Parts: sequence; structure tokens; C-alpha cells
Amino acid sequence: MSDPRIAGAGVTNFGKHPERTGRDLFAEAGLEALDAAGVDPEDVESLYYGNFMGELAEHQGHQGPLMAEAIGLDVPATRVEAACASAGAAIREAVKTLRNGESEVVVVGGAERMTNIGTAAATDALAIAADDLYEVRAGMTFPGAYALMARSYFDQYGGSHEDLAHIAVKNHEHALVNEHAQIRKEITVEDALEAPTIADPLGLYDSCPITDGAAAAVLTTEEYAAEHDLDAPVAVTGTGQGGDNLALQDRPHLAQTPAADKAAEEAYADAGIGPDDVDVAEVHDCFTIAEVLAIESLGLYERGEGISAARDGKTTRHGDRPVNLSGGLKAKGHPVGATGVAQLATIAWVLDGSHPRADAVPDGTVGVAHNAGGTVASTTVHVMEVKE
Amino acid sequence: MTDQAPDGEYDAWLDSIEAGEGYYLECGNGHGWLPPRRVCPQCHDRDLSREGLPDSGEIASHTTITVPTPQFEDDAPYVTAVADFGPVSVTGVVRGADPADVALGDVVGLEVGERATTGDRLVVFRPR
Repeated sequence: MSDPRIAGAGVTNFGKHPERTGRDLFAEAGLEALDAAGVDPEDVESLYYGNFMGELAEHQGHQGPLMAEAIGLDVPATRVEAACASAGAAIREAVKTLRNGESEVVVVGGAERMTNIGTAAATDALAIAADDLYEVRAGMTFPGAYALMARSYFDQYGGSHEDLAHIAVKNHEHALVNEHAQIRKEITVEDALEAPTIADPLGLYDSCPITDGAAAAVLTTEEYAAEHDLDAPVAVTGTGQGGDNLALQDRPHLAQTPAADKAAEEAYADAGIGPDDVDVAEVHDCFTIAEVLAIESLGLYERGEGISAARDGKTTRHGDRPVNLSGGLKAKGHPVGATGVAQLATIAWVLDGSHPRADAVPDGTVGVAHNAGGTVASTTVHVMEVKE
Repeated sequence: MTDQAPDGEYDAWLDSIEAGEGYYLECGNGHGWLPPRRVCPQCHDRDLSREGLPDSGEIASHTTITVPTPQFEDDAPYVTAVADFGPVSVTGVVRGADPADVALGDVVGLEVGERATTGDRLVVFRPR
């Protein structure tokens, strides 16, 4: 099976841009991706676009064709929604379309405008990724849900808020050189532990910020890339997606994310690799505890061992297998519908040597991106490998 | 209070708790769920029967939420918890206890209360 190539990618600066419309954010990222790819826009055959809360934040549904138009394309355009995994799910659709021969060139991306409605309304909008009847009506917030998972993790496997603080410190440090990152500020473990509590045991520095931003990538078939002599050394070699009960109350474990286990297993099998082959990972650290759950589900660490990986330096840029060299959602920011493609762009840039943190894995050839929706009721995992 | 159509089986389930007749749905293989359900998502069984909810459950996890959604603005800080009632777990707000004193394994009963902010009905856990 042909492995789609990442021909080019673009991301906006992530941050607070309340006055910028979603269509303008996506236009910036999409045009940058098209320019980087060097493909003729006439060759693009479809757009898969991730977005979660456009109706609530911009009173704008039906965003697929709007976003195609914004980047100058007249192609079938479909919005994909899987909460915070929307863009990951969009990548999966793009990969399938390229592999089954439907298209030779596809644009995949996502955008989210969030800060224009303020923190309270954004908190409300994010909460609807949970079960409205049984969770939201019981006061569940997005941080609250991950707080329940964190407490359950500590109870089952051990660990502490201080372990989580090391994850925040790591990801802030990684983001220092990322010009697209929302937060480029070094913090200490003490800063993280002393920050205001949002939903105990999680505090302000355990949480990603609320972010405006967009990301896009041009994917082509291997054959198209060769015929057009594209500089596209990185391929998507594995795709996987898993699901779970939407409400935490319906799951047998609060401290495991089986949707991510299933996605990882499928993606690794698709790529013909195993977790030991992975050199670098971008994972969905919407909260610090989420990074722990992610690296365990990816098989990079045994259950109960992911909690100490950052503290022990294993996942820092100096470690044997860095995690979230971009700064992760924690510091890079989390424009929900764009995050999955921003992760893909990061891995592509790290593997081709153009990312400012690429020096952390100079010989890296295999990267994974883990994109999770809600409390990980949806997860996509994509494996990317250097092919030339 | 929001003036809108009831949410079918969910509101009927709250009614049953208020009447002291709380229930859950159980499939032929003993998997428990809360309504509305037409099929067991674990084993596909469609023969779901109503069974009485156990009188008390144990706190499986809890968090004190200090940054709420606007719908819970006047309720904060409050404790949202998942309590294990055996065949099913339920999510609710713990009342009648100092948030700092809520602990894993605490035994709680289930009742229907009212959200301070909006007056909407709310699943409430009260220490036993």
C-alpha cells in the first residue's frame, strides 16, 4: 500500500487572536502549506478540515466549503468533528482517500477560534465534548474530567502532583524556541505547584491554554510526489483510530485510555513497527496527566511508569525519546480543531530536520502523533517515517 | 429553571430517584447502564431489564471544581464525583460534606437536588 507523503505544512502562530476570524486563520495556514508543498492548486482534489466549536464560537456551521474557498480551492470539502481529535480524524480521512486512489493530492487541516468568546464561554463550549446528560449536568468541566482521571491514576499507580509539574516544566522548556507557540516562558516545578487550582489536583499549569490558531498540510500519493519531484521525505505510514464510552462513569478504568491503546495498536500494525521503533512523539497533553496516559497507551511506557518519565528526564529533549518537542498543547497551545495537524507538522519538521528542536533526535526516522478527543473517547494515532 | 422539553428517559430516571425507586438497565450478561439504552454497548444484547439501584455507592474519584462553566457559576466551588454503585457508576455532585474531607471510598447515597445557579435538577451524592 502506498504511503502518503507530507509535501508541505503550515501553522499560524498559536495564541490569543480574538479579532481574527476562523477563515482568516485557516487561510494563513493553508496557503503556507500549499506554498511549502509547491503543488499546483489545481491538482488538489479534496479538503478534510477539523473544527470543534465553530457554531458556538463563530456562529458558523458548514465550514468545509468556507475553508476551501479561503485557500482558493474549489474541491469537495468536508468538516470532520471528533472533539479535540477532529484534525487527527481529518488526517485519517485524507490518508484513506489517498491510499484508495480517490485522490492524488489532498489538503488536510483545522482551525479553531476560541478566545473571542472569553474563558467562561470557552470552558462551556469545551465541556460539550463530554456526556451532556450525565456529566455536564453534574458540573463536569474539561479540567474536572481530567482531574478525576488524575486522582484515579494516583490511587491505582502512585505518583503525585509534583510528577505532573515536571511535565509542565518540560513542555514549557521545549516551547521556548518554537516561534508558533502560545507560551514561551520557562517555569519551575515550584511555579506549577503554587499556581491556582482549577479542579484539584490539577492547577493552572497542568492545563493547556485557550488558543486561536490553524494548521494545514498537503498530503500526496507517493507516486505524485515522485512524478513532480517534490521534496517530501516524510510519509504517513500508519493510521489508527479508537473509541470508548463517552462518559467516564461507563468505563471500567478511569486511569487508562483504551481508545488510544486501540489506535496505537492499529497504527503500529499498519506501519509494520512497534513502540520500540519510535524515536519521537507528539502527544495530546491537554492536561499534564493526559501526557502520562498517552505515553502509556502508545506502549512507550508500562502502566504506572509514564508518570515519572518527565521527572526522570526520559521524555525531555535530552532524553532517549523526547515527547512534545513543540511544547505540546501545554505550551504551544491548543486550538482544538487544528491540533492534530499541528502535531503532524511538528513530527514532519522534526524528522526532516527543519524544526528548531530537531537536534534532539538527529538520527530520528520514526515519529508518532497521538490526538485525543474529550476524555479520550476518540483517539487517532499516526506513524510518520522518513522514506528518503 | 430552563423551560424546555424533558429529556425522555433521563428525566424519567431522575423522577425514579426522587420517588425512591432508582433503577439501572441490565443486559442478559449482567452489564449495567443508565438510560436511555436500547442495546448493551459491551455485548450487543438488546434484552435490557430494569433493576433496582443499590442503596449506596462508593466514591471512585472526585474533584473540587473551582473554575466552573457559567451554568454552575454560583455553585462553585463544588465537588463532582464518580461513585461506584456496583453494576453501574454514576456522576454527581457531593453535598453535605466539606470538600476537603471527601475521600476515595466514601459511602454515599443518591438523591436529586437543585443546581444553585439555574435551578435545574442535579444528581447529588450525600455521605451515608
